[in-house]
Amino acid sequence: MENYVTKMCDNGTIAVDDTILVKDVQATAGSRILEGFKSLFSAEAVVRLEDKGYKISGKTNVGEFGLDLVGEFSHYAPQAGQLKGAAASLVESGEVKAALAVDMNGSPRRAAALSDVDFLKPTYGTVSRYGVISCAASGEQIGVYAPDAEGIKEIMSVIAGHDDKDGTSLPDATYNYSVDADVKGKKVCIVKELFDKADDVTKAKVNAYADALRSIGVTVDEISCDLFEIANTAWQILMSAETCNNVSRYDGVKFGHRSSTYRNIDELYVNSRTEGFNFLTKAVILYGSDVLSKNRYKDCYDKSLRVRRVVAEGIAKIFESFDAILTPVCSAVSYDAYDIHEAFGKVFAESEFTAVANLIGIPALVSGGVQLMGKSFDESTLLSLAHSVERKGE
Amino acid sequence: MNMNYELVIGLETHVELSTESKIFCSCGGHSAAKEPNDCVCPACCGMPGMLPVMNKRVVELAVTAGLMLNCNINRYTTFDKKNYYYPDLPCAYQITQLNHPICTDGCVTLKTSSGARDIRIKQIHMEEDAGKLVHGGNSSYVDFNRTSVPLIEIVTQPDFRSAEEVITYLNKLKNMFRSGGISECEEGAMRCDVNISVRPEGSEEFGVRTEIKNMSSFEAIERAIRYESQRHIDAIEFETEELVQETRRFDDVSGKTFAMRNKETEADYRYFPDANLMPIIIDDEWLEQIKAAKPAAVDEKAEQYREAGISDKEIDMILANHKITTLLDDTVALGCNAKDAAGWILTDCMGILRKAGKAPNELDVTAENLTAVIRMVNDGKINRNAGKKVLIAMIEDGADPVEYCKANGLDKQVDSSAVEGIVDSVIAANAQAVEDYKNGKVKALQALFGACMKELKGAGAPTVIKNLLESKLK
Repeated sequence: MENYVTKMCDNGTIAVDDTILVKDVQATAGSRILEGFKSLFSAEAVVRLEDKGYKISGKTNVGEFGLDLVGEFSHYAPQAGQLKGAAASLVESGEVKAALAVDMNGSPRRAAALSDVDFLKPTYGTVSRYGVISCAASGEQIGVYAPDAEGIKEIMSVIAGHDDKDGTSLPDATYNYSVDADVKGKKVCIVKELFDKADDVTKAKVNAYADALRSIGVTVDEISCDLFEIANTAWQILMSAETCNNVSRYDGVKFGHRSSTYRNIDELYVNSRTEGFNFLTKAVILYGSDVLSKNRYKDCYDKSLRVRRVVAEGIAKIFESFDAILTPVCSAVSYDAYDIHEAFGKVFAESEFTAVANLIGIPALVSGGVQLMGKSFDESTLLSLAHSVERKGE
Repeated sequence: MNMNYELVIGLETHVELSTESKIFCSCGGHSAAKEPNDCVCPACCGMPGMLPVMNKRVVELAVTAGLMLNCNINRYTTFDKKNYYYPDLPCAYQITQLNHPICTDGCVTLKTSSGARDIRIKQIHMEEDAGKLVHGGNSSYVDFNRTSVPLIEIVTQPDFRSAEEVITYLNKLKNMFRSGGISECEEGAMRCDVNISVRPEGSEEFGVRTEIKNMSSFEAIERAIRYESQRHIDAIEFETEELVQETRRFDDVSGKTFAMRNKETEADYRYFPDANLMPIIIDDEWLEQIKAAKPAAVDEKAEQYREAGISDKEIDMILANHKITTLLDDTVALGCNAKDAAGWILTDCMGILRKAGKAPNELDVTAENLTAVIRMVNDGKINRNAGKKVLIAMIEDGADPVEYCKANGLDKQVDSSAVEGIVDSVIAANAQAVEDYKNGKVKALQALFGACMKELKGAGAPTVIKNLLESKLK
C-alpha cells in the first residue's frame, strides 16, 4: 500500500494527512473532486511545527473526506486485504516520529488501534482548524499519532493554542501537557454497553489494559450508561449535515475535478460531483441533505443538537466520579477490505465507540489498542495513565 | 364592481455596510476594486481550509442601525447557513441569520402627505453578499469582489399602504444610514424586495401576496408597485388571471413584472447553524459604547440644524453625507456658529472640490483647520477672500491654515501698523472723499475703504482697515 499521496522529502519527521493543507502542495482529502488542487497557504498546525524546525515528510492517504473506517476508500490508494491507516503505518514502522490527522468520525483512532500506535484527539478548540479541509466543523479536530504518550505530548505542546484565524479556537488558552502526573488513586470506569459491543479478543484487550491500570494503583470499575448509542446517532446526523454543506463548494466551477461533458451549468455541477465523489460521500451527502430538509429538520438535526446537550450533561456526571472512561475503539482487532456499498452502515456501527468525543468535544486517547476518554482539557490525565502503562511494559 | 382597494406592502431592504473590510475576512470592500477579482482571498473564494472570522465593525453598524430604527438589540445573536447552488456563490451557501437575528421589533415614523405613519420593523439581520456573474460572448465569468461584503437586511411588517410611503421610508433609511456612517447607500448598495398584495378597503384579511425581487432604483420600485398592484386589482375585478403566491422580477424596459419561479419548484434552503462562528454576545459595556458612538437620529439632527438657521435644502445636503455631517458637528463643537460653518462647508469647500473634479466624499479637511480659518476671518485677521484661498490650499495641498497665512503674507495686514502706511497714503491721495466723509457723507468712507483694499490687493482685513480709517478721520 502506498502511504503517501504526495511525498515531500525523505528526511522529514512528521507526516500530515491529506485533509490538512500545506502551501503549494496538492490537497485532495482523498477525493477525486479535489484532484490537482494546490493550497495557497499552510494549516496553522503545520506552520507551528515548521517554525519549531520540524520537517514535513509528505501528505498521507486518507479515506475520502475522512468518512470511512481507517482510510480504505482513498481515490488515490484503494486498499485490499487487511485494512491499515496510512499515517498510522508510517508511525508504526518508525519512518516518521509523529503524524497529524483530522479526527472527524474516529477514523484515525481506529487506525491507531489497528497499528498499535498512540493517537490523541484533543479537546475541541485546542488545535486550530485553520487549514483543515473541513467537513464537520462542530466536532472535527487535528490530532496526533506517535509511538507513545511522550511523543504525543511533544507534538501537542507545539500545535495547541489559540489562533485568531479560527473562530472556534478557544481564546486566551495555553496548554501544558504532561505525562508524569501521579496516577495512583485515579479512577477509571468501563462502560458496559460499549464493552459488550466488541468481540472477545478486543474484550480481552480492554480487560488486560484494566489489569495493567490496576497494577499501578488505579481503580477500575464497570458502570452502565446508555448515552453512547444515541450520542452516535446524533453525531452521524450532525456530521452528515455539516459534511453535506461543506463539500457543496466542490462544484467543478472553481478548482478540482471538472467533468469534461456538460452542456449547461446544472450538468457541470451534477456531472463533476457524480464523477468526483465516491459512493460513501454521496451517501453522507444524501443523508445530510435529508436531515436538513424542511420537513425533517426539527426531528433530526435540531433534535440532535438537543441530544448533544443532554449527552454532554450525562457524561459530565460520569466525570464527577471518574477521571477517565476506558472503552474499545473498534469492535474487532482487524478489518478486512469490503465493498464500498456497505460502508455507510459499517462506519455508523463502528463509530459508536468514538462518536461521543466528536459530539461533545472531549479528549480521547488511543493507546495499547484501547481508548481512554477524559474531561475537556484533561489530556494530561489520559497521557499520564497511558504513559504509566507503557513504561510498565518496558 | 366599483370597489376601492387597499395596498398592503412589506419590504425587505438589503443595505451594504461601509466597512473597511469584508464581513468574514480582511479583504477590502469591493468599492476599492479596479479589476474583477481584485479584492478576493482564499476565504471569500470558498477555498477549503479557510474559516470565517467575524468583523466586529459589522456588528456595531448593525446595532447602530437597530438603535436608529428603535429595535430591540438581541444580546445573543448567531449565524446560519443558507444552502443553494449558484456560480457566484463560492461556498454554495450564504452565511446569514435566521434563528437569532441581531435586532427585532423596531418602528419608524414616516411623515407622509396623509400625516404620520408608523412602520413596524420585524427584524434586522447581518449577512454576506454574493459575487457577480459577467456574461460575454459564449462564456460567463465570475467576479468575487462583492462576495462576503457585509449587508444588513431590514425586514418590515406589511405596514405600507402606498408607493409614496415606500419611497418616503426608503429615503428616510438612506438619509439615516448616510449620516450615521452605516452605508453610503450608493447606486446598487441598497436593494429591495417588495412583498405586495391588495384587499378590499376595510377588509382585515390579506390578499394573495407576490414578491418582486431585487430592485435598486427608487423610481423602478415605484413603477413596479404601481404595475403590480394594478395587476392584482385587475385579476380580482375582471378575473383576468388567477393570482398565485410567487416571486416576480420587474422589467425596467417594459415596466411589467414577470414570474420567476413558482411554488412547485420553490427552493428548500436547508438553513442550519454555522458551527464555524461562535454565538456573539453583546454585553452592556459594548452596547453602551455603540450607543455613545451613535450619531443623533436624523430627525433630531435636522431639527437641531433648523434651529441654528440652516435652510432645509442645506440640511438635506448635510445629512446626505456622513463626512459633511461629522465635519459640521465637530466644527460646531469647537465653538463655531452652525449656520456659518455650514456655509463654509457647503458653499466654499464643495465649490473647491467641484472645481477640482472631486466628489464630496473626497473632502479631507479637519474640523480644527476649518475652525482656524473661520476664526481668522471672523476675528478680522484675514478677509473672506483670503480665507477662501487658505481653504483651497488646505483642500488641494493639505496646507496648515495658520502656516499658510504666514508663508503667503495673508496675515501681514492683521497688524495695523503694517496697514497704516497704506491707509495714510490713501487718505492723502483722496482729499475729496475725505472732505465728503467729514461733511457727513458716510458713503465716502466706502470709497476710501475700497481704495485701501485695492492697494492691499484684496488681502486686507476689513475690520482693521475700517477701524484705522474711522480713527484717522475723526
